[in-house]
Amino acid sequence: MPPLARFLIRRVLLAVLMAWGITLVTFVLTNLVPGDPVAANLGQRALGDPAIVAQWRAEHGLDKPLWQQYLLHLQGLVQGDLGTSQQSHRPVSQDLAEFVPATLELAGAAILVSLVLGVAFGVIAALRRDRLSDHALRVLSLVGISVPTFWLALVAFYVFFYRLQITPGSGRVDAALGGAPAVTGLQTVDALLAGRWDIFASAVGHLITPALVLALYTIGLLTRFTRSAVLEVLGQDYVRAARAKGLPGRTILFRYVLRSALVPIITVAGLAFGSLLSGTVLVEAIFAWPGIGQYAYKSATTLDLPAVMGVGLVVGIVYLVINLVVDVLYGVIDPRVRLQ
Amino acid sequence: MTRVSLLGRLPEAWRQPLAVAGAVLALLWLVVALAAPWLAPHDPLAQELPRLAPPGPGHWFGTDQLGRDILSRVMYGARVSIPLTLLLVALSVLVGGLLGACAGYFGRWVDETIMRVADLVFAFPTVILAMVVAAALGASLTNAVLAVLVVAWPAYARVTRGLVLGVREREFVLSGRLLGFSVWRSLRVDVLPNITGPVLVLATLDIGTALLLLSGLSFLGLGAKPPSPEWGAMVASGVEVFDSWWVATFPGLAILTVVLAFNFLGDTLRDALDPRTARAIKERAL
Repeated sequence: MPPLARFLIRRVLLAVLMAWGITLVTFVLTNLVPGDPVAANLGQRALGDPAIVAQWRAEHGLDKPLWQQYLLHLQGLVQGDLGTSQQSHRPVSQDLAEFVPATLELAGAAILVSLVLGVAFGVIAALRRDRLSDHALRVLSLVGISVPTFWLALVAFYVFFYRLQITPGSGRVDAALGGAPAVTGLQTVDALLAGRWDIFASAVGHLITPALVLALYTIGLLTRFTRSAVLEVLGQDYVRAARAKGLPGRTILFRYVLRSALVPIITVAGLAFGSLLSGTVLVEAIFAWPGIGQYAYKSATTLDLPAVMGVGLVVGIVYLVINLVVDVLYGVIDPRVRLQ
Repeated sequence: MTRVSLLGRLPEAWRQPLAVAGAVLALLWLVVALAAPWLAPHDPLAQELPRLAPPGPGHWFGTDQLGRDILSRVMYGARVSIPLTLLLVALSVLVGGLLGACAGYFGRWVDETIMRVADLVFAFPTVILAMVVAAALGASLTNAVLAVLVVAWPAYARVTRGLVLGVREREFVLSGRLLGFSVWRSLRVDVLPNITGPVLVLATLDIGTALLLLSGLSFLGLGAKPPSPEWGAMVASGVEVFDSWWVATFPGLAILTVVLAFNFLGDTLRDALDPRTARAIKERAL
């Protein structure tokens, strides 16, 4: 078998194994921990009645042995059943399907901004090593990774929307516009598909502040990482050779330096996407962004376990898939990786 | 070896303005945490009128919706958040370091088991997993600490494992074993001194992350309970009284400055390490 195929198969099998591990983790967390789902779900009066408690337990399969519960849980998962949210009384999968596109749009915008700004800042810092701009960018990126996201979201909302009124408030588009017919679920893309520039402008306007707030952490992360990746490549012999040959600086930067520095940067970007997904939990609630972050926030504050586990499961799988894609890309781009 | 180079280059690291700024900030917060009862102008729990007073003489940071003095609460908050965060990081170092050292030293199935569990934790984005664990354990500050511990230890396990693998086959470790050192003595005497430097730097960098996670959980209502002056919970209470900006702003600034202090320190210390270990830490600390 060619090494690339073997590499791909091993990675995919590993990812499947990890996905199974994720289901195990969420199951164990829902079942083995002291939090009592019965107490969390039934009112005080119903708790006093053993018949109601027993019926509720039987209804949710809680009277069966644990391994059977896990098999049932797994069987449900394969069929797309993530349980019923205790708050919305709807299937968690249905809730999630409704909210996932909004979060992907927000996180996607944020990773785009982070990649553009983070890589640009990192390259500038590396090229101007130990000069003023390098030091300034270092402080900026450290501030970026030190700001509590939930607080920054609140401050941004207060300053730009409430005080200055230069950004639209909560939600994804102006309510008056109604939104574009759903095709992809991504408001900006749907608006473009429908040729509605007014909706597109409104959607972008709503997207900017939460995406920037969310991106600040990953911008800091990518700036630091790009800087060291570029510095490392700059020290290589082939860069020195290119310079000695008299190639223009721009050619060296784009064709020689960035090309090989980008490989590790892509790996970090995959990890950064995970922290963006995490961040949505803390940001969406403030901006009333109707995504899984806000859903997770509401479920967490009301201790709606099935919903919380559903979010954990979905985000875990999304994260896994993204890292798999990054890994595979990495292997395709860099032959050394797949031969390991 | 690493330890020697770390100590040898430490004075240089301390001359960096960033390290000085970080050290001064951290020291200031330490003083505030220790001396809060004497520094705070009011009782952090006392509910007095006026409610939601804007910052001004008498209440420099204003008062919250229950009429509590926010400056005093921020000061007392340092006694909640900072010791808990330090304890949390110490526990992560201990648990992760021990497991990672075992994985690296013993290899084979011990290594496989421990590292696969670590991989599993890495398969989740941290806030999500911490939130899921905290929600499952039930909302309390202790459980929030446990939840963050669950997501924090694998980073130490990976770094420690890598470092142990690096020294395990070195002559002085092998000769120690040949002299009849027990496994634990070998780990303690020969291996441990060679890995403390990098692990301590990682711990310094991690203090900020841990505090952000812990206060984030409290913000979600999965950590500190209402009367406690925990910073994340205070920001959350500021969400409800949106136009009284001071309620959320000052506790948020408190979190920011503490995290910044330790990130400044950690970042400078990392540069003082030799490049190889520094890179190992950078990659793991994501």
